[in-house]
Amino acid sequence: MDPQAAKFIGAGLACFALIGAGVGIGNIFGNYLSGALRNPSAAPGQFTNLLIGFALCEATGLFGLLIALMILFA
Amino acid sequence: MQQFEIKRLIPMELFGYDVSFTNASLFMVLALAVIPLFYLIAMNRRALVPGRLQSTAELSYEFIANMVRDIVGEKGMKYFPWIFTIFMFILVLNLLGLLPYSFTVTSHIIVTFALAAMVWLIITAIGFMNHGVGFLKLFVPDGVPFWLLPIIVVIEVISYLIRPISHSVRLFANMMAGHAMLKVFAGFVVGLGLLGGWAPLVFLVGFTGLELVVAFLQAFIFTVLTCIYLNDAVNMHHH
Amino acid sequence: MIAALSALAVVVAAAAHEEKAGGLPQLNPADFSPQLAWLAVTFVLLYLVLSRVTLPRIGEVLEERRDRVQRDLDAAERFKSDTDAALAAYEKALSDARLKASSMAKEVRDRLAADTESERARTESELTAKLTEAEQRISATKSKALASVDEIAAETASAVVGKLLGEDVSPAEVKKVMQPAAE
Repeated sequence: MDPQAAKFIGAGLACFALIGAGVGIGNIFGNYLSGALRNPSAAPGQFTNLLIGFALCEATGLFGLLIALMILFA
Repeated sequence: MQQFEIKRLIPMELFGYDVSFTNASLFMVLALAVIPLFYLIAMNRRALVPGRLQSTAELSYEFIANMVRDIVGEKGMKYFPWIFTIFMFILVLNLLGLLPYSFTVTSHIIVTFALAAMVWLIITAIGFMNHGVGFLKLFVPDGVPFWLLPIIVVIEVISYLIRPISHSVRLFANMMAGHAMLKVFAGFVVGLGLLGGWAPLVFLVGFTGLELVVAFLQAFIFTVLTCIYLNDAVNMHHH
Repeated sequence: MIAALSALAVVVAAAAHEEKAGGLPQLNPADFSPQLAWLAVTFVLLYLVLSRVTLPRIGEVLEERRDRVQRDLDAAERFKSDTDAALAAYEKALSDARLKASSMAKEVRDRLAADTESERARTESELTAKLTEAEQRISATKSKALASVDEIAAETASAVVGKLLGEDVSPAEVKKVMQPAAE
């Protein structure tokens, strides 16, 4: 296989990590929203936790994106 | 990727190391100038009833102070200036990087890693200073069956050691991915020309707004995680 | 869609081609040392400026405002308690005055009642005295009248006897004669 082509394929595969991040972020915000609708008074207190969860979740996806970029450009 | 290129503006050397004044240095110095200047202008009048600028300045102060107080408690307030500096430095560097033709210092892994390593080293030092050798109990959670302990301790140690890496890569990857994305869509605008270029242009405008949010959010997350790590070191929470 | 995808491919390929020489700029070790050096310098300077000058200033203003608000609240609290005290004093004075007025009214009423009572008693006793005097006078007059009835009767009887019998009969004799009849 052409090494260049293998590189592109590898980068594309590494981007699969973003699927998990997308599912995770959707989960976090969806659950936050349903919880907030059930008990709106408690929602603002959990906003910081929401953002922390969002960031932790997003980071895992971005690690994959990082690998893709490194494969492409490094 | 040329937006991430380091350009040496004034070549310098110190003790055999290359310490040139680069475009990254330029933006760091800019942040160093912008932050105190903003507060100097905003707090100039020291009004009892604050105006718009002064409210913003006080809001940022209260925001970080409340964050430290909520997460670490009163004992953490002596580290408040340090955490405030981290927050403002990252926030202003992120926001400056969103200006066209500017340079995003925080999109360089070495910068974010240096910041995260500083946080990690200082917090570890604080932990050992406050609790001595007892700080090592952080790696032994309560209520774990003894036959699980060897595995748990190894996992805890690794997760503690890996903190600066995840801490820095999160900020770096967010900033870099955002900027690369903007670049790709800007390429679409040019590539699709006058007829089709409008759609990506609209997307680009919206995405720039999202990037503004991300710029703030990542500075916030970096600071919150610093506070959480600091809480471990100051209060020895068993988790 | 296909146009967009091909544009993406073109951009990415061009970028990849462009970076062929250097790779990812972030991973170039030659650029590390200037960034680290300037990061250390700027961060430490920023920390010094913020912690020595800026933050104490903001903290001072916030502290001052908090003090001021606290002071104002305290003053308001004091005024409120003053007002409450004044109100309580007023209420007390009012109820005292009311009590005093009612006691005074009672006193006056009592005194008037007593006066009336004594007046009435005096008048009554006077009237009783007058009544008894009148009764005595009446009975005296009556007994005197009754006493003179005998005399008149005796005189009349003697006069009648004298006229009828042609002989003089003294009233004393008549009386003597009538005595048993009277008894």
